[in-house]
Amino acid sequence: MSEQNECLTYSFEVDGENFTSAGEASVQVKRILRRIGFDPETIKRVSIAMYEGEINMVIHAGGGVAELFVYEDKIVMKLTDHGPGIADVSLAMQEGFSTAPDNIRSLGFGAGMGLPNMKRYTDEMVIDTKLGEGTTITMTVNV
Amino acid sequence: MTVNELAEKLGLERVFVAEPDRIIEGAYAGDLLSWVMGRAKPGNCWVTIMTNVNTLAVASLLDLSCIIICENSEIGAELSDAASAKGLNLLRTGMNEFEACAALSRLL
Ligand SMILES: Nc1ncnc2c1ncn2[C@@H]1O[C@H](COP(=O)(O)OP(=O)(O)O)[C@@H](O)[C@H]1O
Ligand SMILES: [Mg+2]
Repeated sequence: MSEQNECLTYSFEVDGENFTSAGEASVQVKRILRRIGFDPETIKRVSIAMYEGEINMVIHAGGGVAELFVYEDKIVMKLTDHGPGIADVSLAMQEGFSTAPDNIRSLGFGAGMGLPNMKRYTDEMVIDTKLGEGTTITMTVNV
Repeated sequence: MTVNELAEKLGLERVFVAEPDRIIEGAYAGDLLSWVMGRAKPGNCWVTIMTNVNTLAVASLLDLSCIIICENSEIGAELSDAASAKGLNLLRTGMNEFEACAALSRLL
């Protein structure tokens, strides 16, 4: 954690090999926001969006880095991976669309609801992706 | 109704109960994690057959009151250990999801 002028910054490694620990960054973020004293609804929205983004990095991109920027009036999440990228973003955004393989589905993932949930629970979501290079998703929740 | 009262009334196995007096506010049934993540509400009792540890992250992030694992779906040590580490209420029953929901709807 480092303190800049106007925002608190946190960074988490998301392990792409470990399904068991998937979601840990989100749990930590929730704890941090609770400690700072944000309202339950804001915390819930950030937790859901962060969890889905984190799980996507584990399932689809071999892990990555999750960053959290806490401002007075907004919370920004930035998820960066160097996975395969998303070929068709508008298709990926559709509810129910998923490329998750069967072994992942048997764990309860792959409903194709992750990206739609991220959009629904945040005020702004920007997907920056390039095939073969990776994906950066930036989400903002206004407080 | 509290988690403890529910477990008593439905004869649920208490796999791990961290907060017996937690109030149950409604219920949600489902096995697809993102679906539950997007739709279940804080305080809900979650009815599912999923027993991998990822269910606990969902329950914890959403502040669910308890998880009811149906059909005596197998629970590994990893899951019960994680429930105790996260302070969650984990219950189990032989009922299937329909039967559990029907029983719940009579009580909640
Ligand atoms: N970080 C990512 N890197 C590469 N592909 C991704 C990433 N996130 C999402 N996708 C693609 O978008 C699809 C839809 O994502 P999502 O709505 O979360 O559903 P699900 O994860 O259940 O498949 C995924 O199946 C995958 O093809
Ligand atoms: Mg997903």
